[in-house]
Amino acid sequence: MNNNNRHMISILLENEAGALSRVANLFSARGYNIESLSVAPTDDETLSRLTLVTYGSEQIIEQIVKQLNKLVDVVKLIDLTETEAIERELMLVKTKATGEQRAEMKRLADIFGGHVLDVTDATYTIELTGAGKKLDNFLRAIEKDAILEVVRSGATGIALGQKALHA
Amino acid sequence: MTMELITGAEILIRCLKEEGVEYLFGYPGGAVLHIYDAIYVQNDVKHVLVRHEQGAAHAADGYARASGKPGVVLVTSGPGVTNAVTGIATAYMDSVPMVIISGQVPTALIGNDAFQEVDAVGITRPCVKHNFLVKDINKLAETIKQAFYIATTGRPGPVLIDVPKDVTIAKAEFHYPKKVKLRSYNPTVKGHAGQIRKAVDLILSAKRPIIYTGGGVILSDGSPELVELTQLLGYPITNTLMGLGAYPATDKQFVGMLGMHGTYESNLAMHHCDVLIAIGARFDDRVTGKLEKFCPEARIVHVDIDPSSISKNVRVDIPIVGSVPNVLRTMINVIRDEKLKPDAEALARWWRQIDEWRAVKSLSYRASDTVIKPQFVVQKLYEVTGGKAIITSDVGQHQMWAAQYYHFDQPRQWINSGGLGTMGFGLPAAMGAKLAFPDRDVACITGDGSIQMMLQELSTMKQYQTPVKIVNLNNGYLGMVRQWQEFFYQKRYCMTYFEALPDFVKLAEAYGHTGMQIEKPGDVEGALREAFAMKDRTVFLDFLTDQSENVFPMIPSGGSQNEMLLAERDEMISTHDEGMVLL
Repeated sequence: MNNNNRHMISILLENEAGALSRVANLFSARGYNIESLSVAPTDDETLSRLTLVTYGSEQIIEQIVKQLNKLVDVVKLIDLTETEAIERELMLVKTKATGEQRAEMKRLADIFGGHVLDVTDATYTIELTGAGKKLDNFLRAIEKDAILEVVRSGATGIALGQKALHA
Repeated sequence: MTMELITGAEILIRCLKEEGVEYLFGYPGGAVLHIYDAIYVQNDVKHVLVRHEQGAAHAADGYARASGKPGVVLVTSGPGVTNAVTGIATAYMDSVPMVIISGQVPTALIGNDAFQEVDAVGITRPCVKHNFLVKDINKLAETIKQAFYIATTGRPGPVLIDVPKDVTIAKAEFHYPKKVKLRSYNPTVKGHAGQIRKAVDLILSAKRPIIYTGGGVILSDGSPELVELTQLLGYPITNTLMGLGAYPATDKQFVGMLGMHGTYESNLAMHHCDVLIAIGARFDDRVTGKLEKFCPEARIVHVDIDPSSISKNVRVDIPIVGSVPNVLRTMINVIRDEKLKPDAEALARWWRQIDEWRAVKSLSYRASDTVIKPQFVVQKLYEVTGGKAIITSDVGQHQMWAAQYYHFDQPRQWINSGGLGTMGFGLPAAMGAKLAFPDRDVACITGDGSIQMMLQELSTMKQYQTPVKIVNLNNGYLGMVRQWQEFFYQKRYCMTYFEALPDFVKLAEAYGHTGMQIEKPGDVEGALREAFAMKDRTVFLDFLTDQSENVFPMIPSGGSQNEMLLAERDEMISTHDEGMVLL
């Protein structure tokens, strides 16, 4: 019962000053974890879409969902873990790329479906998208000391099929 | 045809008038000067000038709890609003409808560390139901409408509106919206019919049922439905500290308050029940004790308007989201229409068991001819007021004695800070309650610690002629903390004894009220009668009470409901490590 499972919760939020702090505040005030958070306006300028990844037991996730729903600024939400969904995250990695490492790095980027966005004689900057796990795997695949900088957007996602979250 | 342009300050006051606001509890300052100027030229909304902003919030809170109408507060920016925060948090924890208007520095100065600037929306965010910063005068009226709607519907709570000074000066047309529509806020009022049906079946199948109700019944004015359902079923009922008065305490089906200082029979009935019917209560830690041992044999029905209250601490078998009166009315209809009956034989057996527990008389205490027992004062207060007064309290031992010995028969008669436990709440709350009901007796049961936290409001009470009776159970100690030090810290009474206390009689007189000091048990009743006979006077009754009296029964934090300490057996107390952590 007390297994801490990973949940991706996607929220339609009023696009208003302070709305994001209410969500963040809720997590800190009640002692919940946020692993990642990504937020941006939607096609409807009055709404933001916020995706957060959290860990917790079934009971904690249930409370998180209820507490989020209680926030006046939360219009709708969906726990994407409860449904079939696509998860995507953007990662930018600056790596060392010298000598033999240079070809190897390009090859690995290709395997993971990444693109090299910027090249210097000593570095590559690689763009990679995918589910969080895939990005983790890429970072594991390359040599640890080759990593100069990692930037991740935080996960975002959408349900499969005809189901759509709208106000 | 164009409408007249009026200032933001005037709009604000017009909105309050539209909402039918009778009293505004507040304190002026730079950022709200324009609003005060708009107050000056009208008589519809009466302003009560408190002596400290915390007092304003508590007074509005007392007014709201007594009347059921939202309490309204007006404070200035910076320290004005920070002073009010304790009062706002108090209202939030007990789900009291309240609207707080705070002044803010002009929009152009926000974020500049201007004089008396504080991020009011940020500071209050964790202790309000919602809050707003109004930067555009054209949104002021609409925002106020929304604030009142949010504060008073669903699970009620405080809503703060932060208004920058330039918005109060700017001019706009005044349109007050008739209706509010918020796409993201739609509390569920009507309970799910299928769930209610399932609940009724479970409730009627019970062999050892108990009804456990909380503040939600009072907030939703669900008392008539609760009384009807309880009497239809013939089941025992217990109330939480916040729920007292929802069911008449003098009725035979009432088994007393439950929880840490609840009666023996209510806690044991909870522990041994097979069906628990929880209504507008939130399974607070002071009620449940040790969660793993809470109601071990019970299947649980829980009715609450707030889905997040359900299955938060205790797993519930049949959750019903909805307003209490609505759900209970449907339950009553199902039972009546289908002529359903509880198991009479099992119920009779259960009552015999409860009566055995009752016979323990867990609220008995050693009477005295020489020293005033605090319980005795509350009992006499109950007699003298015919059980009909509105009672407010502060926080500590006196609060528990008030809850145990004043038998509340009506909802909204008992007003205390149960959730946040705010010392200083009682006096301003009594003032607010008295303004709501000028013709009723209002008493504030307090202690020498609590009363000193909001004493300045005695001055407000003089100005507005709100005659309440202050029943000070003065034992010279911070009694509840002293009790814990006695039980769990080997009587190391660290910082719980006041070596200096004011002369409360002179103090009351200095504020223009009447003061009395009572030292002998034989004088208690006479003093109370004399005080209540003075209808138009605030009377401060300083009762010098037994310094070593403890509140019993008691479940130490971390204990379960069948692990109670009773008054006569206090030598059995052992140190409970978990209890120390949970305090």
